Amino acid sequence: MIFRLPTLFFLISFFYYGFNSANAQITVCDSCEFTSVKAGIKAAKPGDTVLIKAGLYKENSIIIDKPITLLGENLPTIDGEDKGDIIQVFADDVTIDGLKLINVGSSYTEDYAAIRVSRAKNFVIQNLELRKIFFGIYLEKAREGIVRNNNILGDAVSEHNSGNGIQLWYSKKIEITNNSIQKVRDGIYLEFADDCRITKNLSKDNLRYGLHFMFSNDDVYNDNVFENNGAGVAVMFSKRIHMKRNKFQYNWGTAAYGLLLKEINDAEIANNIFEENTTGINVEGSNRVNYTGNTFKNNGWAIKVKGACYNNEFINNNFLYNSFDVSYNARLNDNKFHQNFWSEYTGYDLDEDGFGDVPYRPVKLFSYIVNRTPETIILMRSLFVDIIDFSEKVSPVFTPDNLLDEAPLMKKYSW
Amino acid sequence: MLKILKYSFFDLIRSRWSYVYLLFYLLLGFVLLFLNEDLSKAVITLMNVIIILVPLIGTIFGVMYYYDSKEFTELLLAQPVKRSSIFIGQYLGVSLSLVMSLVLGLGLPFVFYGLFESAAIWDFSLLLVTGSMLTFIFTALAFNIALYNENKIKGFSYAILMWLFLAVIYDGLFLMSLIVFETYPLDKFTLIATVFNPIDLSRILILLKLDIAALLGYTGAIFQKFFGTNVGLFLALGSLMIWILLPVLNIYRKAKKKDF
Repeated sequence: MIFRLPTLFFLISFFYYGFNSANAQITVCDSCEFTSVKAGIKAAKPGDTVLIKAGLYKENSIIIDKPITLLGENLPTIDGEDKGDIIQVFADDVTIDGLKLINVGSSYTEDYAAIRVSRAKNFVIQNLELRKIFFGIYLEKAREGIVRNNNILGDAVSEHNSGNGIQLWYSKKIEITNNSIQKVRDGIYLEFADDCRITKNLSKDNLRYGLHFMFSNDDVYNDNVFENNGAGVAVMFSKRIHMKRNKFQYNWGTAAYGLLLKEINDAEIANNIFEENTTGINVEGSNRVNYTGNTFKNNGWAIKVKGACYNNEFINNNFLYNSFDVSYNARLNDNKFHQNFWSEYTGYDLDEDGFGDVPYRPVKLFSYIVNRTPETIILMRSLFVDIIDFSEKVSPVFTPDNLLDEAPLMKKYSW
Repeated sequence: MLKILKYSFFDLIRSRWSYVYLLFYLLLGFVLLFLNEDLSKAVITLMNVIIILVPLIGTIFGVMYYYDSKEFTELLLAQPVKRSSIFIGQYLGVSLSLVMSLVLGLGLPFVFYGLFESAAIWDFSLLLVTGSMLTFIFTALAFNIALYNENKIKGFSYAILMWLFLAVIYDGLFLMSLIVFETYPLDKFTLIATVFNPIDLSRILILLKLDIAALLGYTGAIFQKFFGTNVGLFLALGSLMIWILLPVLNIYRKAKKKDF
């Protein structure tokens, strides 16, 4: 067998590189050959792993422009010293794992982030601890990446000079799972981000929204917990969103909502729990949305329907001890309430088929009045209001007369 | 005065109605807590009861006691006792025995269910304080009505009417005026209108202390700013005090001049 020289050279180099990429590891530590992360990355070849040992590294604008793995051992700290982005990823197939990133500089003109992924795909960002950040993880025009098991804790005080925990901009097919995000402006912010899966995250104590959606279609978010955020969760101008088994709780304040829906079409909202929010769901201009199996407990308003909502269906939900179950500001109704459980239902079930024989009217006259003149809320829980509510219940005059649940459940719906 | 107070007080304490009243509250408290062990939720439910029932009972007891003890009062008047002390003593006797029934009746079940370890203790004490104040206010108003009306039936109807007005009709008028004038800024008006009705005032005082306050939106924010602080709280309690003082002073004034 005779190899021509170029072929031989190619084969040798192939083996050399192949061997190398599978095993090469560059170690960064105080006493190693490379003492800075930047130097380590510079020396790495595509496919290499840069192992960072525990310690404090004062670096910022670390650029990753080749497919490598940045791995921290015992949570080394990279201190950005308030100078801007800490790590910037511009290459595909990058993994960043097990680092602690602190002190991202804040700016009024630039969105500095602890990690910025730009125009890259197949990345994995995991097991990070982010402290004192402006923006946390910023994905722009990124695709098919995974962000998981990160712990983000900000120190946001006011909205105008704070950033978001995880921000997606023009990004597709991203998986965000098992992250804990606290005390930033928006926990997770999606703008023009399609086909993303957001699961099992905890978004808590954020200044504005726990999760904020804008112009993002076909996204799924399941099993998340949104708690005590300034204004709850906002989903706006998006299509075909699926929200399942999430918890929206303790979003309490004059302008706080569990979930704010604005211009949302064809969404599925199922098996979520809304507890102790000023407004459970605030719906505006949303069509063909199915609400099934949700539990609304101890909210001020369980569902507040503003204008232009058509063809929505509320089936098998539990409405428990809310001050107002449903509030409407118009007399027109094109939404369907069917087979829900209402804790305030006082009807009976003579034929014992599990459904009440008398329809339930979820809109109280008082909630209609409050919508018209907000000041009247001051008369809440007064005897007079109870009397007019009762008379309206007996013979509806002001509330939409087709807005009723023909078959209210006698027992709580469970799934 | 103290002697008469003591007499009225013990007379009422021995009467059946005080026991019925006490038992009612005991039962209410226990049943509420039995059905719902959450103390703070029970406080909300109790508020609805206290706001309506306490004034009603204060009114009826006040009027009833005045007319019932009229002969005895006339007997007393023949003695060398100051007029004001007779009437004020009777008034205090009635209201104190009612307050005692209220505080004991509601306090015992709550203490029994662990009030002292609960965070609801301040809300609950506020509830009891406003309840007691409402008792004082409405008993005094009832005494006033009774003093002005010799006719029992008339006195009773006026007293009930007064309760109905403050508990229901006032809110109706309030609501109407809010809707009619909805284009005007109404926050000052609502604030003033609530101060003029002790029932509304106590209702809002309790509502703001419980965290339904955020529900109240913009108007609520104004109220929260006004009543939510300690200054506001004392101001509200102060205006309730004025609601007690004015009728009592009127009893004093009227009793001095009244011809028997």
